[in-house]
Amino acid sequence: MNTPTPRSSTSVPSASPGRGIAPWWQALPLATVFALFFLIPLGLVLMVSFWNYDQYQMIPDFSLQNYLAVFDGCFSGGDLCVTLKTYLSTLKFCFLVWLITLVVGFTVSYFLAFYVRSTGMQVVLFVLCTIPFWTSNVIRMIAWVPLLGRNGLVNDVLFKLGMVDQPIEWLLFSSFSVTLAFVHLFTTFMIVPIFNSMMRIDRRLLEAAADGGASAWQTLWNVIVPLCRTGIIIGSIFVITIVMGDFVTVGVMGGQQIASVGKIIQTQTSYLQFPLAAANAVILLAVVLMIIWGLTRMVDIRKEL
Amino acid sequence: MTDSVKETTPAATSLQRRTMLKGTAGILAAGMFPAVHADEKIVLRYLGTAVNQDKEIADKFKADTGIEIQYVAVTTDDVTKRAITAPNSFDLIDSEYFSLKNIVPTGNLKGIDTKRIKNADKITTLFTTGMVAGKAVGDQGTAPKKVIYLEGEHSKKFASAPTQFMSLIPTVYNADTLGIRPDLIKRPISSWAELLNPEFKGKAAILNIPSIGIMDAAMVVEAMGIHKYKDKGNMTKAEIDLTIKTLIDAKKAGQFRSLWKDFNESVNLMASGEVVIQSMWSPAVTAVRTKGIACTFQPLKEGYRAWASGFGLPATLKGKKLDGAYEFINWFLDGWAGAYLNRQGYYSAVLDTAKSKMEAYEWAYWMEGKPATQDIKSPHGDVLAKKGEVRDGGSYETRMGGIACWNAVMDENAYMVQKWNEFVAA
Repeated sequence: MNTPTPRSSTSVPSASPGRGIAPWWQALPLATVFALFFLIPLGLVLMVSFWNYDQYQMIPDFSLQNYLAVFDGCFSGGDLCVTLKTYLSTLKFCFLVWLITLVVGFTVSYFLAFYVRSTGMQVVLFVLCTIPFWTSNVIRMIAWVPLLGRNGLVNDVLFKLGMVDQPIEWLLFSSFSVTLAFVHLFTTFMIVPIFNSMMRIDRRLLEAAADGGASAWQTLWNVIVPLCRTGIIIGSIFVITIVMGDFVTVGVMGGQQIASVGKIIQTQTSYLQFPLAAANAVILLAVVLMIIWGLTRMVDIRKEL
Repeated sequence: MTDSVKETTPAATSLQRRTMLKGTAGILAAGMFPAVHADEKIVLRYLGTAVNQDKEIADKFKADTGIEIQYVAVTTDDVTKRAITAPNSFDLIDSEYFSLKNIVPTGNLKGIDTKRIKNADKITTLFTTGMVAGKAVGDQGTAPKKVIYLEGEHSKKFASAPTQFMSLIPTVYNADTLGIRPDLIKRPISSWAELLNPEFKGKAAILNIPSIGIMDAAMVVEAMGIHKYKDKGNMTKAEIDLTIKTLIDAKKAGQFRSLWKDFNESVNLMASGEVVIQSMWSPAVTAVRTKGIACTFQPLKEGYRAWASGFGLPATLKGKKLDGAYEFINWFLDGWAGAYLNRQGYYSAVLDTAKSKMEAYEWAYWMEGKPATQDIKSPHGDVLAKKGEVRDGGSYETRMGGIACWNAVMDENAYMVQKWNEFVAA
C-alpha cells in the first residue's frame, strides 16, 4: 500500500518541472469535499468522544470517561460485558455472512463468467442479479416476515406436509433470520467485484492448465481463485464493513432482541449521549479499520486495479 | 508548456474565484428573494411526530385562516434532539411533556403567554392541577402539572405554582396499557403482571424505546409484587438494576417474541399473531381492529401509563410568524381539531369546544363510555365500532382517573439507557 516510488520520495513537488499550481487546483474540488464531509466530521467525532455530557448538552472536556463507560465491567471477570458481547455477536454475523456470501457469490460469478458463453446472455443474467436492488432494502427485509412467521408460508407448508406438528419458531426473529436477510441483501456486493475479476482472466491460461493435465478442481484452486483474489478482497471489504455498521437489518429481522454495535450507537444518539456514542463509533471504526488493514495485507489492491 | 501554465494560472485562478464569488452571491440572492416575499403569506414549520400531523387538520386550518402548515415529521426522540440541537429549524413544536426536562433548561423555548390563548382557562384540569373530576390522579414520572408552568417568558425554570406562562399548550394525551388478542388468549386479563406470565412465553413483546419501555417494565415489576417503587418515573440506580434484571431473566427464558420501536411494527406483530400480549398504543389497537382482527386495549387493575404532548414556541420566533403560531394554537383549541382527535381515540385539551363539534352519539361513545347507538366511524370513514359496542376502558373519567404514572425522563437517565442496552444485548 505504501510502497514508496522513487519520484515521490526524492523530489519536492514544487521544485520539479511541470508541477505547477494547476494539479493542485485540479485536486482541490475533491479534496475539499473529502475534507468537509469526511475528515472534519471524523475529527469532530474523535474530539467529542472525549467530551463530557449531561441530559441536554455536551460539555467540552478531555476525559476518558466515555471510553471507560464503554468498557464498564469488561475487565472485572465473570460474565462478558455488554460491549464485548455485542462485538462478539456482530463479529459472528460478520463471519457467517462473509462466508456464505463468498461461497454463493463466487459460485454465481463462476457460472456467469465461465459457463455462459454469449456476452448478451451474461449481461442479461448479471442484470437479473441486481433486480432485487430495485426495491428498498427495508421492503426486501420485511418481505421475509410473512414467509417465515409463525403463521407464515414456510410453516404452513411444513405443517400441511405433516413434517412438523408445531410451527417452527426460530425461523423469524432469530440469528437465522438475521443471517438470511444479510445474505439476501449483500450477496450482490460479492458477485460484482468477483465477476469483474473473473472476466479479466485470460482464457488461454485455463487452456494451458487443461493442456498441462490439471483437473477442474486444480484449475479452480490454483488458477482462478488466486486471480480473483482482488475481487474477493474487495467484495469482502464491502460485506464486512456493511455488516459491522448495520443496525436496521439486525433490528427488523432480529425482533430488536439481538444487539449490534450500530444499534447501541443509535440508541445513545437518540438520548443525546453524543460523546458516548462518539466513543463507541471511534472504537467501531478502529475495529473495522483493523479488519480492512488485515485484508489489504493479503493483496495490493492499488496495484491489482 | 510549463511556462504558459505558469503565466496563465494566476489570471485564471483569480478569474475563477471572481466568477465563483459572483455565482455564490447569485445563489445567496436567489435564496433571499423568496424570504422577502414570504411576508405576504405565513408558512409555519410544524415539528412533531406523525401522531397528529394529519393533512386534514392543516387543510382545514389553511381554509379557515390562510396560514399554511408545513409538517416536519420525526420520531419522539428526534423531536427532543432537534429542539436542543437545531432550535431554529421549526416555528412550532409538538413535543411530549416529559421531554421538557431536557429542552427547557437550554432556553430554546419561550413561555406561551396564556393571555393570548382564548381558551387557556378551559384547558382540562388534568394538566393544570393533575385532577380528573375533582380527584387527583397518579403523578409518578413527569406529570404535566410539574412542568407546564414557567417562571417567566424567557425562564429556564419550571414554576411550582400556576403563572401566566405555559411551556406547552396541550394538544393530545392518552393513557396506555397492554394490548391483547382476546381471540388467542381466551381468558380475561386484568394485571400488568401477565406480560411476563410464562403462559405467554414467546408470544409477548415490549417496546424498545428505553424511557417508555422501562415504565411498562416497572408497572409489571410492581404488579408481580417484586418491588414497590417510590417513583417509577425517577428510579434509583438499584431500582433500575432490579427492573432490567427482571426483563433480562424473562428474555433469557424466551418470553419475548420481539421488541418493537415503531408504531407499525406493533400493529404487524399483533395482526400476524406473532404476539398475543404487548405494550401498545391506542391508535395501533385501532389499526389492528380496522383489519378485522380482534384486539383489546385492556384496562388493568394497576392503572395506566399516561402520556401527553403539546405545542411549544421556539425562543427566537417573532413578528408575523409568532402571531401565526398563536393563531394556530387558538384555532387548535377551538374545537374542530379537538373533535378530530377525539374521534381517533385520543383526548383533546379543551373538552367543551370539542364537544360542540361532535355528534351527541359520538360524544357518548368516546367520552362517556356508553354503548354506541350507531356505528362509530374514524375521521377517514372506517368503521371502528359497531352499534352496541363500548369503548375499552370506559369513560374519560374512569380512564384518565386510572392513571398510575406518566412517561418520564429520570435523573439517572444515562445509566438507565446504558442498562437498557444491556437488556437488548442479553
